[in-house]
Amino acid sequence: MRAALVLLLLAAGCASTSGDGDPRDPLEGVNRRVYRFNEVVDVNVAQPVARAYTRVVPNEIRDRVRNFFGNIGDVFIGVNNFLQGKFEEGVGDWARVAFNSTIGLFGIHDVASDMGYEKHNEDFGQTFGRWGARPGPYLVLPLLGSSDARDALGTGLDIYSDPMGEVRPYHLQYGLWALRFTQLRADLLDASRILEEAALDKYVFQRDAYLQRRRSLVYDGHPPREKEPEDEEPQKPR
Amino acid sequence: MKNRRNLVKALAAALLLGVAPLTPAQDAAPDQLVKTVTLEVVDLIAKDKEIRAGNRAKLVQLIDAKVLPHFNFGAMTALALGQSWNKASPEQKKRLVEEFRTLLVRTYASALAAYSEQRLDFRPLRAKPTDTDVTVNVRVLQSGAQPVTIDYSMEKTPSGWKVYDVMVGGVSLVANYRTEFATTVRESGIDGLINSLQAKNRSLAGAVAGADKK
Repeated sequence: MRAALVLLLLAAGCASTSGDGDPRDPLEGVNRRVYRFNEVVDVNVAQPVARAYTRVVPNEIRDRVRNFFGNIGDVFIGVNNFLQGKFEEGVGDWARVAFNSTIGLFGIHDVASDMGYEKHNEDFGQTFGRWGARPGPYLVLPLLGSSDARDALGTGLDIYSDPMGEVRPYHLQYGLWALRFTQLRADLLDASRILEEAALDKYVFQRDAYLQRRRSLVYDGHPPREKEPEDEEPQKPR
Repeated sequence: MKNRRNLVKALAAALLLGVAPLTPAQDAAPDQLVKTVTLEVVDLIAKDKEIRAGNRAKLVQLIDAKVLPHFNFGAMTALALGQSWNKASPEQKKRLVEEFRTLLVRTYASALAAYSEQRLDFRPLRAKPTDTDVTVNVRVLQSGAQPVTIDYSMEKTPSGWKVYDVMVGGVSLVANYRTEFATTVRESGIDGLINSLQAKNRSLAGAVAGADKK
């Protein structure tokens, strides 16, 4: 009887620590299915469009397009910096919007960077992280890709609050979103090719990169040292 | 008395200056090393028509000659394997390092091929002269986007400063392989990992050769 109990405990212990699943990714099964779906869409729609865009539109113009949408993004990057208590950065972000929208001709020229106002990377997911929210389980969102519970909520807010949502008529707004995502995908073409080459298992590689990247962003590039997994294992009794 | 002390100081300074050029280049400061090597490689690529036209084999050759000597692949492989490293036999270790090196060089070549004259910002090193483990920061500037940071973790060794990890945008390459390696080792052992690295490298070699012919 006691032996059976010990066996049961051992089995439970194995299931929770040394099972195949990563503790950060309890929904791996579902996530992998969504990942495969996203890949099909990416390979058949997003990538061909992004490649055609890169082929047809010269680099110079693509820089202008990136700047234009970057300028729109700066509005809420500033808001998020304020929400995180980083007032100097927030003021910098809004100064960027002010200069780039005027001297920079509606944002197509990033004159603020040359003036010393550096572009930041902030969003609501990072703000929640700064406030102490844990990432929660890793998620692969349909079409949007890598995320986690915290960032999924953040991304929802990012999209909801984006100034482009005010643009009317709607067909113009949708056109702008399409261009914005095309530019984004085009900028990631090299990165996704490198991922393809570097990874033994793309899903795992991308997941780990995403989690590392977000952690780094929440701490603005200076995350505290993470405990090594081996440190957490109990010491063997001597 | 005071004059003499100054004289001694001056003499010592002169001696040091005279000796300085004699110290081997491998004693170069880590941030200087990164800057020199990076600029040299970027310059060589810019001058080489074949590499710019997509000759990946030649690019790999260039990396082999110029960049590899400054990397400690043994340390990188050990870090990526974590505990499993100690369980590997010397022969397994040798093959793991070899295969991982090949994979990383290809990845690096790919990243370099994607580089298109973005401005590079070499950050001054923030470390004490006595430090033997430092991080050298380089930033790649791109219009309308946040700069991409590249952090080289470097360790001082008898044969000069060596890179043992590269972080791109806060993502450590070594840490990123850790989960993949751990899973593979758990499922199919260390030999299984060697095999899957080998298979990956072979498929890449095939794909690259195909791309070059186009």
